[in-house]
Amino acid sequence: MPYKSLTNKFLYLFIAFMAFAFSSVQAGHPEHPAHMEEKHADTPKTDEKYDAGSVIMHHITDSHEWEIYSKGHTHISLPLPVILYNIEHGLSVFMFSVFEHGHANYNGYYLDKKHHIQSLDGSAFYDLSITKNVLAMLVSSLILFLLFRSVAKRYQANPLQAPSGMQNLFEVLIIFVRDEIVKPMLKENTYRFLPYLLTVFFFIWINNLLGLLPSAANVTGNIAVTVTLALFTFFITMFNSSGHYWHHLLTAPGVPMGVKPILILVEVLSIFTKPFALLIRLFANMTAGHLIVLSFLSLIFIFGEMSAIAGYGISLFSLAFSVFIYCLELLVAVLQAYIFTNLSALFISEVLPHDNHHGEHAH
Amino acid sequence: MELLKPELGLIFWTTLIILVVYLLLSKFAWKPILDALKARESHIDNELKTAERVRTEMSQMKSQHEDLLRQAKEERSQILKEAKETKDAIVNEAKDKAREEAAKLLAEAKKEIDNYKMAALIEVKNDVGNMVVELSQKIIQRELSNKDEHLKYVNSMLDKSKLN
Repeated sequence: MPYKSLTNKFLYLFIAFMAFAFSSVQAGHPEHPAHMEEKHADTPKTDEKYDAGSVIMHHITDSHEWEIYSKGHTHISLPLPVILYNIEHGLSVFMFSVFEHGHANYNGYYLDKKHHIQSLDGSAFYDLSITKNVLAMLVSSLILFLLFRSVAKRYQANPLQAPSGMQNLFEVLIIFVRDEIVKPMLKENTYRFLPYLLTVFFFIWINNLLGLLPSAANVTGNIAVTVTLALFTFFITMFNSSGHYWHHLLTAPGVPMGVKPILILVEVLSIFTKPFALLIRLFANMTAGHLIVLSFLSLIFIFGEMSAIAGYGISLFSLAFSVFIYCLELLVAVLQAYIFTNLSALFISEVLPHDNHHGEHAH
Repeated sequence: MELLKPELGLIFWTTLIILVVYLLLSKFAWKPILDALKARESHIDNELKTAERVRTEMSQMKSQHEDLLRQAKEERSQILKEAKETKDAIVNEAKDKAREEAAKLLAEAKKEIDNYKMAALIEVKNDVGNMVVELSQKIIQRELSNKDEHLKYVNSMLDKSKLN
C-alpha cells in the first residue's frame, strides 16, 4: 500500500504543529501584523520586524480577501463577499472591504484583533462567506468541468477514434485511476464508485496544483476541505456497508473470547480512524509543503533584516531549496490525490458484500 | 482563521461544490468518457478476435491449399509416369510387331525363294531329262563306226549341253 513512511508523516505533523504553536504565540501578541501595518501606514517605517510566523500562517490559512500583491504598505487585494446568518438578526450579505481592515463596523458586526468577524451584541451567527478557498474551489471546479467536458465531447464525436492531444493525456489518467486504483480494489463494483473516485482524484489534484501557484489559495491544505472530502468517503462507505461487513466487524469470528471485546473495540474505532487518517494525511502533506517553501523564503527576509549581504547570501541557498521542495510538491500533489483515491477505494471495498476479507485482516 | 479548526462555512461550501462537481462531471464527463472507453475497448477486443480468427482461417486455407498443390503434383507425376509407361508399352509393342512382321516377311521371302528354287530345280531336272532323252535319242539314232568316234561325240554333246 502506498503509505508514506511513518517517520515522514510524523515529521510533517511535527512541523505543522510547531508552526501552529509558533503562530499561536504570534497571535497572542497584542498587535496583528496586518493591524500593525495599518497603524504604521502614516508613520515612516523604522522598527518594523519581519514576522515569519504570521506571514506564513497568513498564506496558508483561509481569508475573506484575496491578496494579490503586497509590498511594504501597499496591499492590493480582492475583497470577497461575506455571508452571515444570524439566528436573531437573519441573513446579511456584504463585501469584506466594508470593515476597512478593522476600522469600521458594519450591520452589527466588527473585526476583532485577529481579524475575525464578531457580532457587536455577541449573538451567535454562521459564517457562510465566499472565502478565498471557496472562490478558489469554484474556479478549480469550473476549470475541471470545462476541461473534462471538452474531453468528453471528443469521445462523443467519435468514440472509436484514437485519442489525441488533451484527450490522450486525460485518457491515460482516467485509465490509470480505473485500472490501477479502482479495479484492483472494487472489481465488479468498479463502475458504481468510479465517478466519485475520479471526481475526488482530479478535484484533489487540480486544487493541489493550483495551490502551488503564487498567491493562490491553499485549498487542500485547509482542514475544513479535507474533513469534507473524508466525510464523503465515510458516508459512502457507511451507506454501502453490507450486513456481512457489520456482522464480521461486531462478532469478530474466529477470535478467542478473551480478545474479542478488544478487537471489536479496535474495529469500531477503525471506522472513524480511517476517514480521520484520510483527512489528516492530505491536510498535513499539503500544509507541510507550503510551510517548507514559505519558511525557506522567509529565511531571506529574516537574514535580510540582519544585513543586506546576509539576505542576498542566504537567498541563493533558500531559492535552491525552495525550488527543490516546490518540485517535490508537484509530485506530492499527484501522490496525495492518488493516495486519497486509493484509500477511499480500499475503504469502500472493505464494506462491500462480495469482498474477500484479506484487506480487513491486514489492518 | 486558524489552521486546525475546520470552519463550518467552508465545510458547507466544500460539500456543495463537491456535490455539484460530482453530479456535473458524472453526467457530462465521466459517463460519456467511460462509455466511449468501454465501447472502444470492446471494439478493439472484437477486432483482435476477428483478426485472430481470420488468421487461423487463413492458415487453414493455406494448409488446404498446400495439400491440394501436393496432391496435384503427385497426380501430375503419376500421370507422367503412366504416360511414360504407356509410351514404352506402345513403342515396345510396335517394335515387337515390326520384328514379327519382319520375321514373317523374311519367312515368306525364304519360302518364295525356296519355291522358286524348287521350281527352278524341277525345271532343270525336266530340262536335263529332256536333254538326256534328246541326247539319247540322237546317240541312239546315229550309228557310229568306231567306238572312239562315238565317245568323242558323246563328249562333244555333253560339252554342248551345259547345264545352264
